[in-house]
Amino acid sequence: MTPAISIRDLHKTYDNGHKALNGISLDVKEGDFFALLGANGAGKSTTIGVISTLVRKTSGTVEVFGKNVESYTYETKLDLGVVPQEINFNHFEKVFDIVVTQGGYYGMPLKLAKARAEKYLRQLGLWDKHNQQARVLSGGMKRRLLIARALVHEPKLLILDEPTAGVDIELRRSTWEFLQKINKQGTTIILTTHYLEEAENLCRNIAMIDKGEIVVNTSMKQLLQTLNQELFVLDTFESMLSPPDLPGFTVNMVDEHTLEVGLDRKQSLNEVFDQLSAQQVRIKSMRNKSNRLEQLFVSLLNREPQ
Amino acid sequence: MKTVMDTSYKFIALQTIVIKEVRRFLRIWVQTLVPPVITIALYFVIFGSLIGNRIGQMGGYTYMEFIVPGLIMMAVINNSYANVVSSFFSQKFQRSIEELLVSPVPNYIILTGFVIGGVCRGMAVGLIASIISLFFSGVHMNNILITVLVVMLASIVFSLGGFINAVYANKFDDISIIPTFVLTPLIYLGGVFYSVELLPPFWKAVSQINPIFYMVNAFRYGVLGISDVDIGFAIFMLLLFAVGLFSFSLWLLHRGKGLRH
Repeated sequence: MTPAISIRDLHKTYDNGHKALNGISLDVKEGDFFALLGANGAGKSTTIGVISTLVRKTSGTVEVFGKNVESYTYETKLDLGVVPQEINFNHFEKVFDIVVTQGGYYGMPLKLAKARAEKYLRQLGLWDKHNQQARVLSGGMKRRLLIARALVHEPKLLILDEPTAGVDIELRRSTWEFLQKINKQGTTIILTTHYLEEAENLCRNIAMIDKGEIVVNTSMKQLLQTLNQELFVLDTFESMLSPPDLPGFTVNMVDEHTLEVGLDRKQSLNEVFDQLSAQQVRIKSMRNKSNRLEQLFVSLLNREPQ
Repeated sequence: MKTVMDTSYKFIALQTIVIKEVRRFLRIWVQTLVPPVITIALYFVIFGSLIGNRIGQMGGYTYMEFIVPGLIMMAVINNSYANVVSSFFSQKFQRSIEELLVSPVPNYIILTGFVIGGVCRGMAVGLIASIISLFFSGVHMNNILITVLVVMLASIVFSLGGFINAVYANKFDDISIIPTFVLTPLIYLGGVFYSVELLPPFWKAVSQINPIFYMVNAFRYGVLGISDVDIGFAIFMLLLFAVGLFSFSLWLLHRGKGLRH
């Protein structure tokens, strides 16, 4: 099957000499929900810029559904919807007009553009505001408007550059549900985000980019399996004066009611509970100290051995 | 499978850009349509009516009748330029131009759309200025075809000028430098308020290199039938400027100057 995106040996050096991309190669399968992660300035937005033609590459090739973005500009742009990181619509225009106008840029007759605008504004919970100027929308609503605008021509591939940055948890979760829905309907999605929980929950495959190079490109499942140790935080009923003795486990007492226990992949949590019970320590609650993907992200980008 | 954007799609895209541009200047009509009308009305009252009555005839017409075509042309030029420079630069500044750049609209359609938007505002202000002039002066129309052709070409040329200014501008100050230091002197020295026959030979020769001099005189020929220049040459120059500036603007868009990294 032709990949939705195929990038080969992509280089980008800006006029000021900054090397943003240093030979990136990447394939994203059709129908995938793909995460592109990296620190600020790693090269994510430049990669998206080259795909959407807003950034001119120095060398390399980019194909969208098998077509080169430079040779087949019209077809590749029809297949592509981009949700940028920055809010980039005219704040004084009405919400409805912004989406309908974008449909016009894709050659959609007015009636169809209006119908599509209504469809996506309703699905994204913005229909109540459709007749208002975009500037009155909250930050989260503005980001959803960017999504509606990018979808008006119903692209086969949707690229979202940090779509939930600064969005409250309720809107973030409803945006996730919406994206999962359109992905199930067949839209390939590439997502960049700083919320690693978001990438872990939504994406099936993942690439991590650092200093303009791909450092990881694998499935989310495989990547998480490479995590050797997980750290759990346990809240106890009993007050403790010193950390309990847990042979084989790393233990740190945070305060008199809180323990941090480290397990490697071969160890069982049951053993921890058994040993604590034997020492009359009962567990009230338990959680991961940090997101698993976050641990991997930090270790991979710092090049630290796990 | 379509390999190029077909004609009907291009027409819809062009129509969309034009509607957006027209909607923009109508939405802020207090900033775009009212000020030029007040300025023109003041010119008519002060230069045409109060001072003009003491000047006497010029080119066989009253001074008021003589300056009306020049003032209308001045309004068209200023507003065509201002519309494109402010609209394109503000879209570039707030990056909403990316809406267009990520879409499949060809560059020449983008440019044509902005130019038509500028021409629409130039024509709207020119029409209002013409209606106001009827309160001060009689109705004259020597050649309606030449009048419309000249005003359209001048509007296109200065819309393209505004576009080039916007492409090169990096901050809001940059979009007022050309109108203040280049456009206004050229308009005032382009024979709006006088006939170059009144000038000494040196300054008369200098006026020949001012493009606005040809526009004002060609328009005056269309309205009154009098001109300081050959009308055929004036129209040729306008066409040359329009084609040259359109080609240059298209090249800038193709290069992505100030738009694509």
